[in-house]
Amino acid sequence: MTTIVDDITCRELVELVTDYLEGALEPADRARFEEHLVVCAACVTYVEQLRQTVRATGALREEAIEPAVREELLRAFRDWHRGHSPGPAP
Amino acid sequence: MTGEPFKQSADDAALVAGLRAGDERAFAELVDRYHASMLRIARLYVRSPAVAEEVVQETWLAVLQGIDRFEGRSSLKTWILRILANRARTRGAREGRSVPFSALVATDAAVGEATVEPGRFRARDDGEWPYHWAAPPRDWPEERLLAGETLQVIGGALEMLPESQREVIRLRDVEGWDADEVCEALQISPGNQRVLLHRARAKVRAALERYFMGEVAMAQ
Repeated sequence: MTTIVDDITCRELVELVTDYLEGALEPADRARFEEHLVVCAACVTYVEQLRQTVRATGALREEAIEPAVREELLRAFRDWHRGHSPGPAP
Repeated sequence: MTGEPFKQSADDAALVAGLRAGDERAFAELVDRYHASMLRIARLYVRSPAVAEEVVQETWLAVLQGIDRFEGRSSLKTWILRILANRARTRGAREGRSVPFSALVATDAAVGEATVEPGRFRARDDGEWPYHWAAPPRDWPEERLLAGETLQVIGGALEMLPESQREVIRLRDVEGWDADEVCEALQISPGNQRVLLHRARAKVRAALERYFMGEVAMAQ
């Protein structure tokens, strides 16, 4: 078993996963990343778990605006529109 | 000035036309989509919740006042976020927040931080597999991934994050914003955005691992 000097180690790979998923790795680093995955089942699992984490986080509910604030903004919108394009006086 | 001219989406075109025509539904749609996030973003720039509310309200008014001049050179969302960020930053400076958020992020991001416990790996001088997994991750029960209890674990993990990491992962992974939008809203570089996202995701992954594996250990 020879170790090539610039092979990525598992400890390095876990810090590159987000850059990898975001497409931000240089082509050479991307190739080394993917070569490592071919031979390392544990890192495949780690990358998969980060994907699972992203997917599950996406299932959280988004925050909603408070109804009273929403009403106030819509009222401001109506006021703005009346001043914005003045129609015939009531 | 570089790259392809930005193409306005049909969604944006309809919203802009609606706003200009005074269609309340168009405005309500935008408010429902973005207001809650904008409020959280504003709070990263200004300390006081009341001032943050004001900044967001002023942003909406500025959006309305500027909509006739909106030329569609960016998405409507990006344009709104830029107005928000500018106003919030100005207000934060006036409020005298000692260190601007973006500077804080730059400092945080510059510090190296292992996102997986170093003890999970073999030593650097390991004869066989230096820096390879000593305690590799084990598969999770896929069918439990989206269960209510799992989502509670994730929610709890988000609460524990530093605010910059929490906001980035919320915008990216909960709300599905893209990287450019997050950079625009928080006025941070693409590289720092990735660092914050990476740390946040890794911590949530670790929390899920503790949760799933803790259960496995108890069941045995």
